[in-house]
Amino acid sequence: MIGSFIRNGFDRSAFFVILVLVAAAFVVPALALYTTPASPFHIPGYAIPLMGKYLTYGLLALSVGLIWGYCGILSLGHGAFFALGGYAMGMYLMRQIGTRGVYGDPVLPDFMVFLNWDELPVAWYGFQSFPYAMLMVVLAPGILAFVFGWFAFRSRVTGVYLSIITQAMTFALMLGFFRNNLGFGGNNGLTDFKDILGFNIQAPETRAALFAASALALALAYLICKSIISSRFGKVIVAIRDAESRTRFLGYRVENYKLVVWVLSACMAGIAGALYVPQVGIINPGEFEPANSIEVVIWVAVGGRGLLVGPIVGAIVVNFAKSWFTTGALAPYWLFALGGLFVGVTLFLPKGIMGTLGGGWTALKQRRASAAAEAGVSVTDTDGPDGGRLKTEPAE
Amino acid sequence: MSGPETETLLYLDGVSVSFDGFKALNELSLIIQAGEMRAIIGPNGAGKTTMMDVVTGKTRPDTGTIYFDGNVDLTKLDEASIAELGIGRKFQKPTVFQHHTVWDNLELALAGRRGTFAALFRREGSSERERIEELLGIIRLGELRDMEAANLSHGQKQWLEIGMLLAQEPKLLLVDEPAAGMTDAETEATADLLKEIAKEKSVVVVEHDMTFVRALGVKVTVLHEGSVLSEGTIDHVSEDPRVIEVYLGR
Repeated sequence: MIGSFIRNGFDRSAFFVILVLVAAAFVVPALALYTTPASPFHIPGYAIPLMGKYLTYGLLALSVGLIWGYCGILSLGHGAFFALGGYAMGMYLMRQIGTRGVYGDPVLPDFMVFLNWDELPVAWYGFQSFPYAMLMVVLAPGILAFVFGWFAFRSRVTGVYLSIITQAMTFALMLGFFRNNLGFGGNNGLTDFKDILGFNIQAPETRAALFAASALALALAYLICKSIISSRFGKVIVAIRDAESRTRFLGYRVENYKLVVWVLSACMAGIAGALYVPQVGIINPGEFEPANSIEVVIWVAVGGRGLLVGPIVGAIVVNFAKSWFTTGALAPYWLFALGGLFVGVTLFLPKGIMGTLGGGWTALKQRRASAAAEAGVSVTDTDGPDGGRLKTEPAE
Repeated sequence: MSGPETETLLYLDGVSVSFDGFKALNELSLIIQAGEMRAIIGPNGAGKTTMMDVVTGKTRPDTGTIYFDGNVDLTKLDEASIAELGIGRKFQKPTVFQHHTVWDNLELALAGRRGTFAALFRREGSSERERIEELLGIIRLGELRDMEAANLSHGQKQWLEIGMLLAQEPKLLLVDEPAAGMTDAETEATADLLKEIAKEKSVVVVEHDMTFVRALGVKVTVLHEGSVLSEGTIDHVSEDPRVIEVYLGR
C-alpha cells in the first residue's frame, strides 16, 4: 500500500529533485571535510551550516507550499510551528550541557539558575532523551496545528480571516515565549549548546552530518508531498482549493482533508525548525515574529507555489541573496530589496521562478509540436499551455 | 412523528427560514415523488435557492420538517452526509474543478468512500474507468476528457457539472438554472439531457426560462415570497391569475 503510494508520486521530476538532494547530502560534506583549502572544489567550513540553514528554510517553505499552493490555505503563522520544533530541539541541547554551563548545575540550564529556580519545570522532563525530544519536535507543532485546525476548519474560517488568525497565533506565542516565567529562557531563548548525541556541535564533522541530515530530510519530505499530491487525496485538496462548496456537496468532508494536510505541514515545519537550531546555535522568541512567517510566504511566491520544487528553490535563492546582501555595503537596503523582489515577482513572474521556467518549457514543446503539425504531422494535443497548476495572467 | 408514505422521496412541511427578519421561506410545504421531475419557478427572491440550501444542509431551517427517502431527517445532517444519502446539487453558476481534467472531475465525483485515508491509498479501478467512459458519453464530452475544465465553454461546464452529479449516483438531483447563459441549441440539448436523466432519477429543476420549462413538459411549482403559490402543468399555472399577477402585476 505504502509502496504503491510512493511509486505513484515518483515521476521523472521527483527523481531529479531527490537525486540532487541526496547527491548534495554526500558530496558537499565530502568536499568540506576531505579537500584541502587549496583545492578548487573546497567548501569552507563556515559555509556548511549556512547551506544547511538554507535547506531547513527550504523544508519550511515546502510545508507552506503544500498547503498554500495545493489546498489554498495561506498560513501567515507557519514560523510558529518551525519555532516550536526548534525549541524542542533546543531543550534537548540545553539538557546535554550538564555541568559545563556557567553555573555548573547538573540538571538546571543556566537561565533557570540565574532566575533562582530550584527545580526543573515539568515541561522540561524527558528532554535529556533524544528520541523523546524528536517525538516532541513533531508532536508539539502537530498538536497545536490539530487543535487550531480543528476549530478553524470546522467553523469554516477561510481565506484572509484564516490568514489573520494564523498570524495572531504566532504573535501570541511570541509574547508568551518572551516571558521568563513561561520557562523557555525568555528573551534570550536557548543557546550555548555543546553536544548533540555526544558529538561536539561545533565540530566540522557534526556540522557536515547536520547538513546531510537536512538534505535527506528535505528529500524525504519532498517525496512524501509529491506522493500525496499525486494521490486521489491530492486531487481532492486541489478541488477544495478551486471550489470548496462543490467538493462539500459531492460528499467530501472538507474540514477533515484540510486538517490532515495542515497538521502534516505543521509537523514538517517543526522538523525544519529542529534541524535549523543546532546549525545556527540558538533559538529565541524572535523566531515567532510574524514578519518571519510572512517572509516564508515570499520565498514560496518567488519560487513558485504551483509546484513543490518552487518553494524549495525560492527559499534557497532568497536566503542566498539575503546572506550576500547583508554581508556587504548594501546591508541597510536588504528589506527594500526583499520588498522589491516580492512586488517584482508578483507583477512579472506570477508563477514564480520555477513556474515560469516550467511554463517556458511547455511553451517550447508546444511550439515544436505546432511546427511539426505545419510540416504535415498530425497533433492531437489541443490543450492550452499551462506549466504551473495555478492559472494566472501569462508573464510577458 | 411518523415518516410519510413510501413513494415520497422528498417531503418538506412548514419549512421557514429567515435572514435578519427577512422570511426567505415561509411555511413551505412540498412533496417530490420517487422518479418524478419537477420544475420550480418564481420571481427573484421567491426562495428557490434557499429551498435548495435547506434540502442540501447548507442552511438550517428555523422551523419545519424535511424528510428524505422515507424517514431520514435532513435538518440534522451536514452537506457531506446529505450528499452521501443521495442528493446531488448543481449550482446556478457552473462550478467544476478548473484545474482538473474533465476525467478527473468525474473521477472525484464518483460514488465511493470519501475518507481521507482511503483517498491517500486508493487507486482507480477498471469498473470506475468504465463508469467514467459511460458518463463521458452521456454528457457528450468524450473527446475532451483530457482537457482542463477551465478551458471548457460555459455550456460544456454545465454538462460536466451535471455529469459529476450523475457520477455521485444520487436518488435526487437538484438543478439550479441549468440553462442560464446558454445558446438556444445548448438549452435544447440540456433539456434532452435532463429528460434522459429523469427516466431513472428524481430531478428538481429551478429555472427562470419559461421556454425551457415548457420544453421539459413536467409538473410546475410556482414559489412566491417563500411559499407555494400554484402547482400544476405549465398551462395550468400560466393561466392562474395569482401567478400572472406576481409575474406581471408589478
